[in-house]
Amino acid sequence: MARALINAPAKARRGAVIEIKTLLSHVMETGFRFTSTGESVPRDIITAFAATYNGEEIFRAQLFPAVAANPFITFHTVATESGMIELKWTGDNGYSATEQVRITVE
Amino acid sequence: MSEQDKKATRRDVLKIAGALAAGCAAPWFTASPAAATPAEMQTAVARVIGDARLNVGKVKLDIPPLVENGNTVPCAVTVDSPMTATDHVKAIHVFAEKNPQANVISVQLGPRAGRASIATRIRLRDTQNVLAVAEMSDGSFWSDRVNVLITLGACLEDLI
Repeated sequence: MARALINAPAKARRGAVIEIKTLLSHVMETGFRFTSTGESVPRDIITAFAATYNGEEIFRAQLFPAVAANPFITFHTVATESGMIELKWTGDNGYSATEQVRITVE
Repeated sequence: MSEQDKKATRRDVLKIAGALAAGCAAPWFTASPAAATPAEMQTAVARVIGDARLNVGKVKLDIPPLVENGNTVPCAVTVDSPMTATDHVKAIHVFAEKNPQANVISVQLGPRAGRASIATRIRLRDTQNVLAVAEMSDGSFWSDRVNVLITLGACLEDLI
């Protein structure tokens, strides 16, 4: 099951700034909602997102309950060399998801 | 239709309207969490910037001024910076003054980003100001503030 959608260019010129779009399937339950019987719905969100480019960290984000369900994050990076961009989401209740995209730099 | 009938009809309509309003309002008051106040947002901002001065400018917070659904509001932040090793944006923080929690998202960037531009989708509880703060590599802080009008706020969806 594809839990995440990644949109990144497969090829790029050396030194070009590329845009990476990520969408992860997740409820992002805020913890501020209640059931009809008045019980609080426990928080279940993605708390952190990090991107590494050939092992070097290029982007990091802390997410709060105010990020909408199915967190969508877009960021930029410089295409320095061919290799792997790894994206990692971590969250409440031990949640963790990792995706990789390969990029070829010419 | 007699005058009496007309009055009765109007009274009925008002009665129904009142009952509906009460029915909608009751769970809203009990189920909705206390909203943060602008003062709480100031505290959240102060935790990030400390004693530094918050300048206005350089940052562009791109968010629609009128939003129908507060559950997903597109939000983009772009900072005017060359993004070199000596002059770049270190972090971008987004705050909302009337959400239950003022922090929305915080990101860390570096010269490797190439362009200080991020986009995401956020939740907004009510019509309010949204603030974006950028931390530069020289230690200065720049910001942009946008007032967003929300027709249907987040946190008001049906109880589950």
